[in-house]
Amino acid sequence: MTTGIRFDGVTVAYGGTTVLESFGLTVEPGEVMALLGPSGSGKTTALRAVAGFVRPTAGRVFIGDRDVTALPPHRRGIGMVVQQYALFPHMKAGANVAFGLKAHKVPRGEIAARVAEALEMTGMSAYAGRYPRELSGGQQQRVAIARALAIRPGVLLLDEPLSALDARLRSGMLTELARLHRELPDVSMLYVTHDQVEALTLADRIAVMDGGRLQDCGTPQDLYRRPGSAFTASFIGSANLLPVTVTDGGVRLGGTRLDVPAGGAAAGASATLCVRPHLVGLGAGPNALRGTVTEVQWRGATHRLGVDIAGHRVTAELRELRETPPLGTEVTVHFAAHDAVLLPAGADGGEARG
Amino acid sequence: MLVHSPRARRAVQAAFFALFLPVFALPFLVIVTASLATGWSGAFPSGATLDHYRAVARGDALDALVTSVLTALAASAAALVTGTWAALAARGTRARRVVGVLFVLPVAVPSVVVGLALLVAFSEPPFLLNGTPAIVVLAHAILVTAFAYQSVAAALDRLDPACEQAAASLGASPLRVLVQVRLPLLLPSLSAAAGLCFALSMGELSATMMLYPPDWLPLPVKVFAATDRGALFPGAALAVVLMVTTLLALTAVSRIRTRAAYR
Ligand SMILES: Nc1ncnc2c1ncn2[C@@H]1O[C@H](COP(=O)(O)OP(=O)(O)OP(=O)(O)O)[C@@H](O)[C@H]1O
Ligand SMILES: [Mg+2]
Repeated sequence: MTTGIRFDGVTVAYGGTTVLESFGLTVEPGEVMALLGPSGSGKTTALRAVAGFVRPTAGRVFIGDRDVTALPPHRRGIGMVVQQYALFPHMKAGANVAFGLKAHKVPRGEIAARVAEALEMTGMSAYAGRYPRELSGGQQQRVAIARALAIRPGVLLLDEPLSALDARLRSGMLTELARLHRELPDVSMLYVTHDQVEALTLADRIAVMDGGRLQDCGTPQDLYRRPGSAFTASFIGSANLLPVTVTDGGVRLGGTRLDVPAGGAAAGASATLCVRPHLVGLGAGPNALRGTVTEVQWRGATHRLGVDIAGHRVTAELRELRETPPLGTEVTVHFAAHDAVLLPAGADGGEARG
Repeated sequence: MLVHSPRARRAVQAAFFALFLPVFALPFLVIVTASLATGWSGAFPSGATLDHYRAVARGDALDALVTSVLTALAASAAALVTGTWAALAARGTRARRVVGVLFVLPVAVPSVVVGLALLVAFSEPPFLLNGTPAIVVLAHAILVTAFAYQSVAAALDRLDPACEQAAASLGASPLRVLVQVRLPLLLPSLSAAAGLCFALSMGELSATMMLYPPDWLPLPVKVFAATDRGALFPGAALAVVLMVTTLLALTAVSRIRTRAAYR
């Protein structure tokens, strides 16, 4: 069976409001695709369209090369893990895992072995005899993952599986998920999250959503280094976004000429300049900008400096400084030409996120 | 609790019992006392006896008790199945309120009317139930289904759809989801509804009076007959037997419920 997921112009509306609009996306067999986007952008809805819990008003959903648009959820052969675990409270962990196997009419003799195998994979073998309420959140989520994997689905859907866990546990589980993916290279995963670290760590590709539409899709490196839009730039990692005007062989920020490859942009057009905060340096250098210090944050290994440059805020993430410049003093910051990306205009410049 | 200091809490409890005892407990106390009394003078019973209970054990009261229990069991089972089925079918549809009102209607009219309606409806072939125990069971079921329906519908509204969706995504057909996930999760409400239906049916009198055939005489009818002919103390003994039986059944049901809730 070939796996993979394909959305083909999928539109979903809840009582007249369109929450997913002509959504097109392909998840290759064995690929981990992260769906990243702000709250309410339609990520869960896209996932539910694959699982079969919402019916698209237009478009088709394919799992492998099978059109599943009209198929009820229990015929789709997917595994699903949701934020609130959704374990069956009246069954022990082992019975929870066995549930899908029984539903799939797996021979009785095989079930015990497959349950043990799935629980082993998530490190929950010792807890098979416990009821969900006797397990911690992280343990419950492991059981939920074991339950979804036990049926050996070609496609695994994960809807913010880690967001109910604390930060420590989350990074541990993230490592586990990455390991699971290495052990199950044939399973395609669609991973919904609004945590960019999860997306960057786990995903082969990231699809960025906003307002029910696909904004951008690419490998984490691509989206981080060469974002296609100001929205992507600010959503994956943090970014300094500055409104500039394209000139011959460079751009202009207010009165300052900057040496940035303008690509194909025509002279005179307005554009948005994107520079990652950790690529901004303090002191003189290429593309120097003068401004006043408005904020100094100490973050342990780094100092984060907020600098006001002609009304635009630029954030610089610097290796821990011996001496920090006092607030209100004039400083010079700079960045290398190849660290900057020129984006189409439209962003309200000067904002740094993250 | 609204009050925190132990003394205030004790005061609130005392006030509760001061109100509760005269209004709810005293009548039952009187019945129990009367069932053990030879007579009554002024505000207090005079003389103690077990004669009334001996009469109960000797006479056909036990048959009536068995009749009552069987009727209540059958009626509650029918009410639970109907109410649950209706609640599941009407869930999330516009029919929901209509169905709720339909089930409540029999409770809203005097049960004598329900009895009369059944009598008229089922007295001619092909719908001839008159004179059979079935018509009594039917009347009781009609009178208590509202409670089963309301309780299950409310529980269904609170049920987290995530569990059912997880089950469906794991390949479970709708029937399997119903039997293995939904009904077990509804078990606490189902058993609460069962207890309520059973108790209501055990005490039903007005509709029963109009419908009972000679060979199917539930205990409340006997209680009524006894008090009607002035035999108050034997009637009290019958009432106590009825109460104790219902209490035992309710205790058994609530055992099931605590087990279900604990899981
Ligand atoms: N059952 C529903 N009925 C009506 N509107 C809904 C329903 N479910 C979701 N919506 C709306 O659809 C939009 C997208 O919801 P969705 O759950 O897909 O967002 P999301 O990207 O998963 O957000 P989050 O990150 O907060 O989970 C939201 O505006 C939401 O209000
Ligand atoms: Mg969501």
